[in-house]
Amino acid sequence: MFQSLFDDVKRMNKRQFLYQVLSFGMIVSSALMIWKGLMVVTGSESPIVVVLSGSMEPAFHRGDLLFLTNYKEEPVRVGEIVVFKVEGRDIPIVHRVLKLHEKGNGTVKFLTKGDNNSVDDRGLYAPGQLWLTKKDVVGRARGFLPYVGMVTIYMNEYPKFKYAVLACLGLYVLVHRE
Amino acid sequence: MHSVLTRGNAILAYTLSVLAALTFCCFVSTVFIDYRTKATMNTVKVVVKNVPDYSASREKNDLGFLTFDFKHLTHLFNWNVKQLFLYLTAEYSTPTNKLNQVVLWDKIILRGENAILDFKNMNTKYYFWDDGNGLKGNPNVTLTLSWNIIPNAGLLPSIFALGQHAFRFPTEYTTSRV
Repeated sequence: MFQSLFDDVKRMNKRQFLYQVLSFGMIVSSALMIWKGLMVVTGSESPIVVVLSGSMEPAFHRGDLLFLTNYKEEPVRVGEIVVFKVEGRDIPIVHRVLKLHEKGNGTVKFLTKGDNNSVDDRGLYAPGQLWLTKKDVVGRARGFLPYVGMVTIYMNEYPKFKYAVLACLGLYVLVHRE
Repeated sequence: MHSVLTRGNAILAYTLSVLAALTFCCFVSTVFIDYRTKATMNTVKVVVKNVPDYSASREKNDLGFLTFDFKHLTHLFNWNVKQLFLYLTAEYSTPTNKLNQVVLWDKIILRGENAILDFKNMNTKYYFWDDGNGLKGNPNVTLTLSWNIIPNAGLLPSIFALGQHAFRFPTEYTTSRV
């Protein structure tokens, strides 16, 4: 089977090869366009997140996908599921808002807690930080899709798997005549 | 043309597309359902103290104590509801903060569990701290029951019950051990 693939490659002239490379580039850039477009439409810097921990079970398990929005006209309210990032750390945390205090000028501070945790999140915030503010929030969870994010978790935990998948995809697109 | 690989590829692609279509149908079939019902609530004992809050900034803040009863029948389950997250919110306004929302109690009800709730004289699950000293003599604290629907796949709406209860805090702090 590989022999037939290599025969195909040898028969392609330079122009067809460049055409293949260009179609590969088109696929990559349209994926990027869709992602950036989603970022603009939802207003969130990361409109799709994968749940990484079990702190919201039994609602969300590890590997579930969440769709976020972050519209300024819809203020955060208690009981909503928000995804936030603690300053200094890159992992997004998906928890529920427990307490909220908002001033007249719009500044708001809130406290979160995971459904499966017995204490609130003050231990997770940066040292000295007692409340979360609007700028820590990546978005509010609006939609939910189970199990789909497991692929991302596998790719992050087993980097060899990620490289293998990317290599196979690249090889397939370059060699396949379509 | 009919090698194992092409057959395996075709099966995998077909399985994935059928799963995606089913998930989409699951989501679309329940997206327009109205999940609002009535709930009746009442507060039994209401006191307020002014003590230092060691979990926050160690200043003296108002701490409200109350016991409540409420009655609620939950017939909101359908094939796309994995879990209901009920929470009781107290909403009020103080001179320092225009809007305050505090979750006092929450409960997770999974599909298949008994969903009839009839509580009498329940203690709150979380401490009712205020950000400041705005609870003493507060004339209008509103209790609302809300629920967050966690679907098998789809939107995550948060719905308020049709029925609220407003109460007031006493104008003096208690010194009794409560």
